[in-house]
Amino acid sequence: MSLELRGITKTFGSFIANDEINLRVETGQIHAILGENGAGKSTLMNIVYGLLKADSGELLVDEKIINISEPSDALSAGIGMVHQHFMLIPVFTVAENIVLGHEKTGKFGALDIETARSAIREVSKDFGFEVDPDAIVETLPVGIQQKVEIIRALIYEAKVLILDEPTAVLTPQETDELLKTMRELKAKGTSIIFITHKLREVREVADQITIIRRGKVVGAVSPQTSEGELASLMVGRTVDLAPEKIKHKVGEPILVAKDLTVRDALGNAVVKKVNFHVNEGEVLAVAGVQGNGQSELARALINLEDHVEGSILLGGNELRGKSIYASLHAGIAFIPESRELDGLVGSFSIAENLILDLHDQAPYTKGITLSAGVVLAEAEKKVKEFDIRSQSVSDAVSTLSGGNKQKVVIARELSRPVKVLVASQPTRGLDVGSIEFVHERILAERDAGRGVILFSTELDEVMALADRIAVMYRGEILDIVDSKVTREELGLLMAGVASKKASA
Amino acid sequence: MMRNSLSKFGQAIKLPGLSFGLAFTLTGFIIAFSDSKVLSKIGSPLEFIKSAGATAGNAYLALFQGSIFDINLTKSHNFFQGFYPLSETIVIATPLILTGLSVALAFKSGLFNIGAQGQFIFGAIGASYVGFHFHLPLVIHVIAAALAGMALASIWGGAVGLLKAKTGAHEVILTIMMNYIAGYFILWTLKTSQFLRPGRIDPIAPEVNQSARLPLLAGANLRIHAGIFIALAAALFVWWLLTKTTIGYKFRAVGANGQAAKTAGISVPFVLTATMAICGALAGLGGAVQVLGSEHALNADIAGSFGFDAITVALLGRAQPLGTVFAALLFGALHAGGRTMQSNTGVPLDIVLVTQALIVLFIAAPTFVRFIFRLKKLNSSAGLTSKGWNG
Repeated sequence: MSLELRGITKTFGSFIANDEINLRVETGQIHAILGENGAGKSTLMNIVYGLLKADSGELLVDEKIINISEPSDALSAGIGMVHQHFMLIPVFTVAENIVLGHEKTGKFGALDIETARSAIREVSKDFGFEVDPDAIVETLPVGIQQKVEIIRALIYEAKVLILDEPTAVLTPQETDELLKTMRELKAKGTSIIFITHKLREVREVADQITIIRRGKVVGAVSPQTSEGELASLMVGRTVDLAPEKIKHKVGEPILVAKDLTVRDALGNAVVKKVNFHVNEGEVLAVAGVQGNGQSELARALINLEDHVEGSILLGGNELRGKSIYASLHAGIAFIPESRELDGLVGSFSIAENLILDLHDQAPYTKGITLSAGVVLAEAEKKVKEFDIRSQSVSDAVSTLSGGNKQKVVIARELSRPVKVLVASQPTRGLDVGSIEFVHERILAERDAGRGVILFSTELDEVMALADRIAVMYRGEILDIVDSKVTREELGLLMAGVASKKASA
Repeated sequence: MMRNSLSKFGQAIKLPGLSFGLAFTLTGFIIAFSDSKVLSKIGSPLEFIKSAGATAGNAYLALFQGSIFDINLTKSHNFFQGFYPLSETIVIATPLILTGLSVALAFKSGLFNIGAQGQFIFGAIGASYVGFHFHLPLVIHVIAAALAGMALASIWGGAVGLLKAKTGAHEVILTIMMNYIAGYFILWTLKTSQFLRPGRIDPIAPEVNQSARLPLLAGANLRIHAGIFIALAAALFVWWLLTKTTIGYKFRAVGANGQAAKTAGISVPFVLTATMAICGALAGLGGAVQVLGSEHALNADIAGSFGFDAITVALLGRAQPLGTVFAALLFGALHAGGRTMQSNTGVPLDIVLVTQALIVLFIAAPTFVRFIFRLKKLNSSAGLTSKGWNG
C-alpha cells in the first residue's frame, strides 16, 4: 500500500507547523522522516493518524484520496501508529491490551480473548517475536512492550506503520533488533514511516529520507548521504558532529567515590556500592539504559539524595552528608537531568535564574538586599558569553527554547569556581545546534583541567566525549572501560553482560 | 513604560474586578428574590421588576451608607461625622490587611497559611499582657506591646514551618489544628488570675493602659486609629521583602519551584520556617493592633473571623501586598455596611457572607469568569501558586 501526502499545511495561530508538505511512501518502503525537535514531524504524523486536522492538503492511499478525521478512520484505511510513549495499560496482559477498543464478546457477554491470543501467536510466529499473550505488560522489557504495540498494529491489518521515535527508549541491542524487525516487515510488504533524529539508524535502515525543518520539506535524499550532510540539512547550517578532542595529559584524581550506596525512601538500594574516580582534565562518562541508578548517583554527588552511604571525596575532602549548598560551593557544578523541574524557576527572569545559587553572595547582594543593577549587568554578560537568545534578560525563563534554557543552567553552574562538572543527560531533548554547544562546553571544561562526570543514555554522546566510560546496570557499575571500546561491547555491558575483564 | 505598567495593572485587577461585579449582581438577585414583598408581585412582570430593583437598590444604598458616607449623620451631627462609616470600614480593614498579608506572603513561598486566626490570637494575648501589666513611657509602651504580640505569634507560626521542614507534615493540617489550640488557649488564658479583670467573672482581661493605646486619628467620635498606618507600613514591608531582599528572593524561588531552588543550594527548611515565622508576626501584629487600637481589652472573641477572612482577602488581592490592602478595605466596607443594611432594610447581615463566598467562588474558578466575559487567557504568571497535598 502506498501513502501520499499532498500540500499538507497546518497552522497554530500564526505559527506554521507544516507548510505545504509533499511526501510519498511506496509499498514496502522504509521512509525516514528526519528533523529536529519542533520541526513539525509529530504534527504531520498526528494529521496522518487523524489526531489533528490539516488546514489544507490531501492524503492519498493507493492513489485514492481518503478522508481521515479520527484515528479509527486511519486504522480502517490501514494506517497504524506506534507512539513514542506506549499506549498500553501496564497491569493488563498483552492479549488484554491488544483487544482494548476492539473487544468482542462471546456467550453471556464474556470477553473473547482467545481469538486475540491465537492472533498474537500467529503474528509472533510470522515475525519471530517471542511474545507471550498472557504476560502482564509492566513485567516486560521496554523492547518487548514496543513489539506488543507493533503486533497490535499488524493484527488490525496496518499496511502503513508509523513509528514515532521508536529507538529513544531502547538499548543498543534492542535497537538493532527493532531495525531487523523493520526490515522483515518491509520484506512482507508493510510500508514504514520512521520518525527519528538519530542519523546512524536512518542511514542503516531507510530507503528514502525526507528532512523537515521549520515545517517545510528541505530535502529528499538517499541513505547514502553522509551523516554530516544530513545534520546540516536538519539544522540549516554546517554542524560539527564529532567535536575535536585534544589529547592532553590527565591530572590527579579530583573526585573519588568509595562504596557509594544510595537508597530510595523505602530503603531499597538503587545504587549499590559503586567505586569510581574522575581525574582532572578528563571526561568520565556514566553510560547505561535509563533507570539503572544513574539519576540517583548523579544527585547523590551533590547530596540531593537523602539516604547515602559511603564516601565522596572532592580534592580529599569528604562531601557526603554535607548540605547541597556546601557541595556546590566546594566546587561541583551540577547540570540536572530535568532543566524545567530541577534546573530553573520557570516564572523567574533569566537574570534571576542566573543567580539562583549565588544570590546571597557578593557582588549580587549588599547587606540583606539584592543589587538589582549588578544582577542585570552580570546577566547581560552571561547572555553574551553563552549566546543565550532572548529579547531581554528580564524575560521569564519559561519563554526560552530548550536549548537556551539549558544554556542558562550551564552559564549559572559554571559561574562558580568549578573543580568537577556533573552533567546529567545534558543534551536530552535539545536540537542539534544546542547539542553541539553543550558538547563544546563540556570539552572546554575538560581541557581547562576540570573533571567532568557525564551521565548519558545516548551512546553517540558517550563515545564522542568520554575519556573513560563507566557502565551502570541495575545500580552497579559493571565495568569502567576506555573510550576505544566498540559500540557492541558497550551495548553488551549496558544490557548487563559483564565483560571478560570485569569478571576476571 | 508608564503605559506598560498601567496595562499590567489593568490585567492584574481584571479578574478580581469582574468576579467582584459578578458576585454583586448575583447577590442583588438573591436579595430581591428572597424578599416576600417582591415575590408577591410575581403576577405582573413590570411591577415585579420595579419592586425587585427597588429592594436590591435600597439594600445596596444602605450598604454604601454603612461603609463610606452617611448624609444623615452630617445633618444630626456635623459634616465630618458623615464619614463615620468610612472610619468603621478602615477600623475593620486594619487587622484584616495584616492577616491578609500573612496569608499572601505564605502563598509566595508556596505555603497555604490557614493559621492566621491562631497567630492573630497569640498576637492579641502578647500585646494585651504587656499593655495592661507594665507601665512604660508613651511611645515605647505601644511598641513594646506590639513587639510582644508579634514575637509570640511568630513562634506560633514559625513552629508550623519547622514542623513541615523536619517531618513533612502538611501546613494546612497543622495550621487548622493549631487554630483550635489557640482558640481554646485564649479561653484558658482569660480565666487565669494573671488575665482575669479584677471584679469580673466573665472572660475579659483588664484594659490596656492609656500609654499602650494607638492614638485616634480623627477625634473621639470616630474610632479610626493609627493602626491603619502600621498596616500600610506592613504592606510596604512585605513588598520590599519580596522584591528587594535576598531572603524574599529565596521565598519566591522556593514558592515558584522548590525543587530547582533546592538543587541550587537554597535551604528549603530555612525558607519554610522563616516564612511562617514572618507570617505569624504579621498576623500577630494584626491581633496586637486590634487590642491596642480598637478593643483595648482582650476578650474571647477578639479574633472574630479576621484570620479566616484573611484567606479570602489574600486570594482576592492575588497575594500581592497592594492587592491585599484593597481587598481588605473592600471586606471592611462589606462588614461595616452589612450592619447598616440589616438595620435599615431588614436584609440579613449574612447576605454579606454570601457576597464574600461568591467572590471567592469566582476567583477560584477563573475559567468560568473568563467564559462569561469571553476573556482571553491571562498571563499565567499572574496566577497564584499554592500547592496540593504533596506540595
